Amino acid sequence: MNTLDSLDAASLRQDIPAFRPGDTVKVSVRIVEGNRERDQVFQGVVIRRQGGGIRETFTVRKISFGVGVERTFPVHSPVISRIEVVMRGHVRRAKLYYLRSRRGKAAKIRERREPAAR
Amino acid sequence: MAMRDRRVKGVLGTKLGMTQVFDERRRVVPVTVIKAGPCVVTQVRTPDNDGYSAVQLAFGEIDPRRVPKPLRGHYERAGVPPRRHIVELRTADASEYTLGQEVTADVFSAGTVVDVVGTSKGKGFAGVMKRHGFHGLGAGHGVERKHRSPGSVGGCATPGRIFKGMRMAGRMGGERTTTLSLTVHAVDADKNLLLIKGAVPGPTGGLVLVRSAAKRPEPAGQGGAAA
Repeated sequence: MNTLDSLDAASLRQDIPAFRPGDTVKVSVRIVEGNRERDQVFQGVVIRRQGGGIRETFTVRKISFGVGVERTFPVHSPVISRIEVVMRGHVRRAKLYYLRSRRGKAAKIRERREPAAR
Repeated sequence: MAMRDRRVKGVLGTKLGMTQVFDERRRVVPVTVIKAGPCVVTQVRTPDNDGYSAVQLAFGEIDPRRVPKPLRGHYERAGVPPRRHIVELRTADASEYTLGQEVTADVFSAGTVVDVVGTSKGKGFAGVMKRHGFHGLGAGHGVERKHRSPGSVGGCATPGRIFKGMRMAGRMGGERTTTLSLTVHAVDADKNLLLIKGAVPGPTGGLVLVRSAAKRPEPAGQGGAAA
């Protein structure tokens, strides 16, 4: 839909760092409590990125008190105040759904060493 | 309130497609983008002359050589170059419009509730499951090559015929469709764009009429009213 690209461009964010599935990211989510607003950090592994343009979303998975928690964000959502890539991961899949059936050391992802030198 | 007392605003436009935007609460809003107007008023119908009051709006480019002479005269009377599409908008305040007046997207403001009229996408010759939502026959249990068929359409010797209006397969889509009570999310008056929350009938590039919602109280001063 190229006719609407110029309209979407206004909503696209330029301050999002490059990250891929397998990377561990720290997502700062803006939360409104009454009149106050604060950031809540959601840190975990990116298990997928899907869609394109303004519609693109990514899913972060973390283990919280022994329970797996996944949260999906639109990449360009204004609800995200900041994304920080904590660790780049070496994975061979685009969708890391296999992590759901693994726990502990089996769910560990190796760090990607030479970045972008494929 | 009687229909003929309503003050209806409207504008013709082209559907540009759908996308999504974020609202002030940072939620995703699916919107249809409509390039609305600029339309021109080509005729004002008055109760004295025509028995009812309405505004005739015209929209869209057309090669003037392709316009038949009677229509050319019609546009000349309004003092505007010919347009491709014409619609009439029944509204009580028709007398406030003048011939040749421009009607643009800014007749609506964000938050206004509108109806959108368009021609739905043609589906061709469609079966009863797609066209009327029939459930078809079973997928197994001895059903042979009849999985999407309508089943029985009537009795035998009594009544000995099929009742009129029996829903069957046939042409689907390509007909005038109105989607009621959609909210205008934003108006871009500079680019003549209307962002309407939700889907509207018709293909991208199709002609649509956006008008004040029929099933909402008339906006008294400010646009839109609480549901």
